[in-house]
Amino acid sequence: MPDLLLELFSEEIPARMQAKAAEDLRKLVTDKLVDAGLVYEGAKAFVTPRRLALAVHGVPVRQPDVKEERKGPRVGAPENAIAGFLKAAGLSSIDQAKVQPDKRGDFYVAVIEKPGRAAIDVIAGIVPEVMRGFPWPKAMRWGGGSLTWVRPLHSIVATFGPETEEPGIVPFAIDGIAAGNVTRGHRFLAPETIVVRRFDDYLHKLEAAKVVLDPWRREQMILADAKDLAFAQGYDLVEDAGLLSEVAGLVEWPVVLIGSFEEAFLSIPPEVIRTTIRNNQKCFVLRSPSHPPLEGEGRSRSERGGVSGGTKVTPSRSPSATDLPPPGGGEASTRLAPRFILVANTEATDGGKAIVAGNERVIRARLADAKFFYETDLKTRLEDRLPKFEHIVFHEKLGTQAERIARIERLAAELAPIVGADVEKAKRAAKLCKADLLTEMVGEFPELQGLMGKYYALAQGEDPSVAAACEEHYKPLGPTDRVPTDPVSVAVALADKIDTLVGFWAIDEKPTGSKDPYALRRAALGAIRIVLENKTALSLRELAEWHSENCFGKRYLDVASAIDNLMNFFEDRLTVQLRDQNARHDLVSAVLATGSLVEGHQLIRIVDRVEALGKFLDTDDGKNLLAGYKRATNIIRIEEKKDKREYTGTPDASLYQLPEERDLAKAIDAAKKESTAAVAREDFAGAMAAIAPLRPRVDAFFDKVTVNVDDASLRENRLKLLNEIREATRAVADFSRIEG
Amino acid sequence: MTDAPPHMRPERSFQGLILSLQRYWADWGCIILQPYDMEVGAGTFHPATTLRALGPKPWNAAYVQPSRRPKDGRYGENPNRLQHYYQFQVILKPSPPDIQELYLQSLYTIGIKPEFHDIRFVEDDWESPTLGAWGLGWECWCDGMEVSQFTYFQQVAGFECAPVSGELTYGLERLAMYVQGVDRVYDLNFNGREGSRKVSYGDVFLQAEKEYSRHNFEHSDTDMLFEQFRMAEAACRKYLDAGWLTDGNVRRHAMALPAYDQCIKASHVFNLLDARGVISVTERQSYILRVRELAKACGEAWLATEAGGAA
Repeated sequence: MPDLLLELFSEEIPARMQAKAAEDLRKLVTDKLVDAGLVYEGAKAFVTPRRLALAVHGVPVRQPDVKEERKGPRVGAPENAIAGFLKAAGLSSIDQAKVQPDKRGDFYVAVIEKPGRAAIDVIAGIVPEVMRGFPWPKAMRWGGGSLTWVRPLHSIVATFGPETEEPGIVPFAIDGIAAGNVTRGHRFLAPETIVVRRFDDYLHKLEAAKVVLDPWRREQMILADAKDLAFAQGYDLVEDAGLLSEVAGLVEWPVVLIGSFEEAFLSIPPEVIRTTIRNNQKCFVLRSPSHPPLEGEGRSRSERGGVSGGTKVTPSRSPSATDLPPPGGGEASTRLAPRFILVANTEATDGGKAIVAGNERVIRARLADAKFFYETDLKTRLEDRLPKFEHIVFHEKLGTQAERIARIERLAAELAPIVGADVEKAKRAAKLCKADLLTEMVGEFPELQGLMGKYYALAQGEDPSVAAACEEHYKPLGPTDRVPTDPVSVAVALADKIDTLVGFWAIDEKPTGSKDPYALRRAALGAIRIVLENKTALSLRELAEWHSENCFGKRYLDVASAIDNLMNFFEDRLTVQLRDQNARHDLVSAVLATGSLVEGHQLIRIVDRVEALGKFLDTDDGKNLLAGYKRATNIIRIEEKKDKREYTGTPDASLYQLPEERDLAKAIDAAKKESTAAVAREDFAGAMAAIAPLRPRVDAFFDKVTVNVDDASLRENRLKLLNEIREATRAVADFSRIEG
Repeated sequence: MTDAPPHMRPERSFQGLILSLQRYWADWGCIILQPYDMEVGAGTFHPATTLRALGPKPWNAAYVQPSRRPKDGRYGENPNRLQHYYQFQVILKPSPPDIQELYLQSLYTIGIKPEFHDIRFVEDDWESPTLGAWGLGWECWCDGMEVSQFTYFQQVAGFECAPVSGELTYGLERLAMYVQGVDRVYDLNFNGREGSRKVSYGDVFLQAEKEYSRHNFEHSDTDMLFEQFRMAEAACRKYLDAGWLTDGNVRRHAMALPAYDQCIKASHVFNLLDARGVISVTERQSYILRVRELAKACGEAWLATEAGGAA
């Protein structure tokens, strides 16, 4: 069966968009093939900075034929009805139609046979359609044309045909660019045109023209060569998966080179060096290995030839973006090496000397800037920077940064005893934690906020906990980021987030839909994770109320309802967070229904309770009790509806007739008492255990007792007893919200 | 410029580099303009780019534009940063299909040859909030150094660009530092001569950098500047209002260029105020918005002129 080769050749596609574009191309084209009845065997997409390519193999030559029946008017219908039918069905005479009887008489039916179109013609329609609607994150026009693409599109290769024959060119054009079989090699190393036929010769000809089509292979080549080069000089590559993929998206023919910078720059914090070299220069940093390699152990760099060239390496990506060790004062700074790895897109005739020299100059200039900033910053103590905050507006309605810092300081002091932190240290950390925003270094590299605060705090002799909090109070920055554990950090991090949330709720700037310009969802989730992972016993509601009373007072129109709303927001975040940890949202909702954040319950208790409930429902007792509960509530609901009244209230013990009734009533009394007591001492597993014995009693009741008896008072009493099952479980959770 | 005398070669002479670029783009068919005679933050502000990018008429021009970035002053102490520097600006409308090749050829003429250097197009989307303009393109890297910006204008002054212009902006000092092999901008050889006849970039501009840094950060008269902003804004509006004419059914504009001068003025005055740190974060946004409103109104006026393509 024939194969399709498609290449969309353009000017340089942004690295960050490449992987998704390749996947989108594959999916959009193959989905449409399938929709058109062309079921293919396999498809793979590739991308380089200048081309998006797609190979689909095993596509049928034609679409299957389709037979369609169109029902017409009744035999003997007026002439104009028949004429209309003939026209619509494309028939020239009514003799061409069949006559089919149905319940109401005989009808004309036209059988329209649609022969399947040739696949190549179908594809000629599909590709332009996909291109016109292509989901680039940002697209543009160029010259005088109207087509939009990520960058100007220059040519299209589209061939289709079986392996054994010369493939045909898919006949289409888009905005004046006709599909053909001609592409180009590397911009500088092989700019000539190349005629291609199908995927395998395309791949080989590109490789000969210094283009490695497969982004994954480019990554592996870069990684292998980078490690080899580092190793040969006695260093280790600091791996960085994000950078690797970006760099592989900047080159068609990766050539890995190593450069160096002056040892003196290693006095700058390693994160600063890495940020400079990575973000601005897209180069990798190296570090000294813990054990230097033995003499003669270094391998030479492997030569790279054609398609099969390159060293085979097993990918060993670290899951995180970097494996740079966490900073630990001066210790980490001695570990980076005065070297960097760059990835060029060309084989220079001088072996890369000029390229390395050029990159070294840029990196030297950048590090010189960074060193200057660092040394300048060290001359001013953090507290001496604070007065400037009095003139910097945090938010029009929430005052200056200085006011915000003062609020965080008060709240951190209030929180300190709750989280086990020293009050003075928490206050000191809160006071200093934003000061690095005013340093040169953070001005230049905003992503280093917090981290620089820590370095500068340590340098001026602050307590290590205070210094750590300068960095950690921003954490966690995302769902995978680490949560602070040092009590001082916990106090300041919580204070920072609660102040933000209470503040924006006070001025009614809540996130709406996809809009969350102040990252309030992240702040709420961060607060939740800090509380949960540190098992901090506090009521978010009490905290928010204290803070709004003491620090925001006048700004609220309606404190109570704003805080209700904020607590609902926390509950939503909590549900999302627990769902991500595979906790069932119905259990969260069942627990919240009996004790919520809005009502001031503690977050950790709610989560403990959800956990205990989940475990209980995994047991047979739990499952059966839930089934019994559902059965009881169903009966009550039906009868209440029928009778238009409620069956609540204590059943009358004198009306019990059967032992199962008495046993159930006794079990309910015991369960209520014990589970309420267990909940009171925060023993949720105990509370579950206390309601477990209900299960056989409920089962026995349903076995032996008829609820809907003729005696009205007996019936009422039994319904009330059933209702008591509901009441008994409420101490633990609202079972009606549990699914299944 | 291989046949040029030594003192004119780009690798020895700052002015030689400028002249090489001018000659290259003149040979291609650009008109070579002179710098606009007002203070601007970038070559894009020159009406030969901002306004000419609007409307249907073809336009190919190249020019040097002195650019002022008051905040970037470093009292002459930073080897790379200047509050006044030169941009070489090329605008090609409609953007020709071989514009990337043309750009690479221009690098070749100033001595940056792809046999030795790693030249890369790295994503860089351009946006000018004050001009209401945006485009897509790249930073052009040579051996890891950004030497130019390359932009396909999509929108200017809030109007769609059709046809699309291709804009090339060369950072001349950086480029010259690279080809001359110099690490400090003030050490650039300006005139390509040696010994007593040599004039360096520092000889020409170091004193100016010190004086203007003092001015920009410490002494500029902010009361006057606030007033100038207000006046430029009012004048721009006044000229725009006065310039609209109705010719039969057609609305034409007769003073788009003088009005736009006032918009440029307001923008520069804003930059000076910003450098003095007298504009708060929230106010900053509103000043930018005010300049943008002027730019949009000027663009609208320009489109109603002959050069703007009004029939």
